[in-house]
Amino acid sequence: MTKQQANWSPYDNNGGTCVAIAGTDYCVIAADTRMSSGYNILTRDYSKIIQLVDTSVLASSGFQADVRALQKVLAAKHLQYQYQHNKQMSCPAMAQLLSNTLYYKRFFPYYAFNVLGGLDREGKGCVFTYDAVGSYERVGYSSQGSGSTLITPFLDNQLKSPGPLLLPARDAVTPLSESEAIDLVKTCFASATERDIYTGDKLEILILNASGTRVEYMELRKD
Amino acid sequence: MFRNQYDTDVTTWSPAGRLFQVEYAMEAVKQGSAAIGLRSKSHVVLACVNKANSELSSHQKKIFKVDDHIGVAIAGLTADGRVLSRYMRNECINYFYTYESQLPVGRLVVQLADKAQVCTQRSWKRPFGVGLLVGGLDESGAHLYYNCPSGNYFEYQAFAIGSRSQAAKTYLERKFESFMGSSRENLIKDALFALRETLQGEKLTSSVCTIAVVGIGEAFHILDQETVQALINEFEIAGEEAAAPDQAGVDEPPAAAAGDQAAPGDEGAAPMDM
Repeated sequence: MTKQQANWSPYDNNGGTCVAIAGTDYCVIAADTRMSSGYNILTRDYSKIIQLVDTSVLASSGFQADVRALQKVLAAKHLQYQYQHNKQMSCPAMAQLLSNTLYYKRFFPYYAFNVLGGLDREGKGCVFTYDAVGSYERVGYSSQGSGSTLITPFLDNQLKSPGPLLLPARDAVTPLSESEAIDLVKTCFASATERDIYTGDKLEILILNASGTRVEYMELRKD
Repeated sequence: MFRNQYDTDVTTWSPAGRLFQVEYAMEAVKQGSAAIGLRSKSHVVLACVNKANSELSSHQKKIFKVDDHIGVAIAGLTADGRVLSRYMRNECINYFYTYESQLPVGRLVVQLADKAQVCTQRSWKRPFGVGLLVGGLDESGAHLYYNCPSGNYFEYQAFAIGSRSQAAKTYLERKFESFMGSSRENLIKDALFALRETLQGEKLTSSVCTIAVVGIGEAFHILDQETVQALINEFEIAGEEAAAPDQAGVDEPPAAAAGDQAAPGDEGAAPMDM
């Protein structure tokens, strides 16, 4: 007598890749706009990025229905925070909120692989990377999603700092300039698109700095 | 004659068919400091008098932002008002979460009224001691409602509640027919004039009043003190002394408009002036 298996799954993977890089006074958050299911493309023009606060941008790959629900919950909680505190949430505060929100559904998780990017209270770039149940860490750069295995080693090669034990102490954020970081991101996605079937179509890049938020787009291979 | 025998419980009728506890709750509204609302086709203005208990203390907040398109001014037990504002904010957030569109004002006031009615029919509760002037925008235009502790609500072109509100109401009754077609600036001007009526000769300055506006293309926000003072000076509303000279009048409107937009420009702290 074999155990009965479910004949349907509440989850689907819509694919896609997200990347974020933190700089000394900027943050770059990027994601492709392809939404797939199995071997099919559902749409070539779906944004995985949402700007929750002036200084916090969330990019999530995975199951986009869960991603959308997660975005709405965070937006609602941010409104309540603003009413209670008379100010907007900082990026580190939003990072903790996201972690708590994910863990709240520890036993029926949001199938969302998140990268939160933004500027901290001092105006320095910050990137937080998550797993599906809320474990998170502040890092200088991160990649999540179907192309992350291709992109992360490349970013390690380009950006990884020598390690916390080395003296003199080095900043976790990259010394790259804003335009160099944007070019790096474009290179990452162009390469990932070549080999990952779920990544492609178009790249959406959000750049946060002291003057505000800017969006750039780049075409990617559509095959 | 029988008032004292039937007024202990909200669930006790008087022989004349009245609920005295509810009426006493409405009395609490009349004791609070004045709050005024006016509306045109495209804007709603809420104004209230801020009287601090002493020079040492701050004044109580009486105007609350409920959502980008709705705000409320209260009179009476401000603690009750704060709690109801929190309820209204949550309702708007939940509605937006479900429907991704803004909660129509008329729906919100009905929910508020039903909540107030519950407290008039439970022996273990007491009625809310606060009157709310709810001003907001929705697809059908600009609206101003008054919710009272009894659970009733009415829509108004203009209304005033709280102490000495009759003076303001008299002023509004004279002018209300022109409000529908009023410009934003004239609506605010009329609000300030009406507010001055409740001060009974005391000088109107921006430190004793709070003005808030919501309109088409303009999210609900409270005007900052400089803007309000500039408007008072421009319209020469001050009362006892002559206000700013005439040549300043031309410069005031652009400055006032800039003041409005500049209001949330605080470094580090975010623009939630509510």
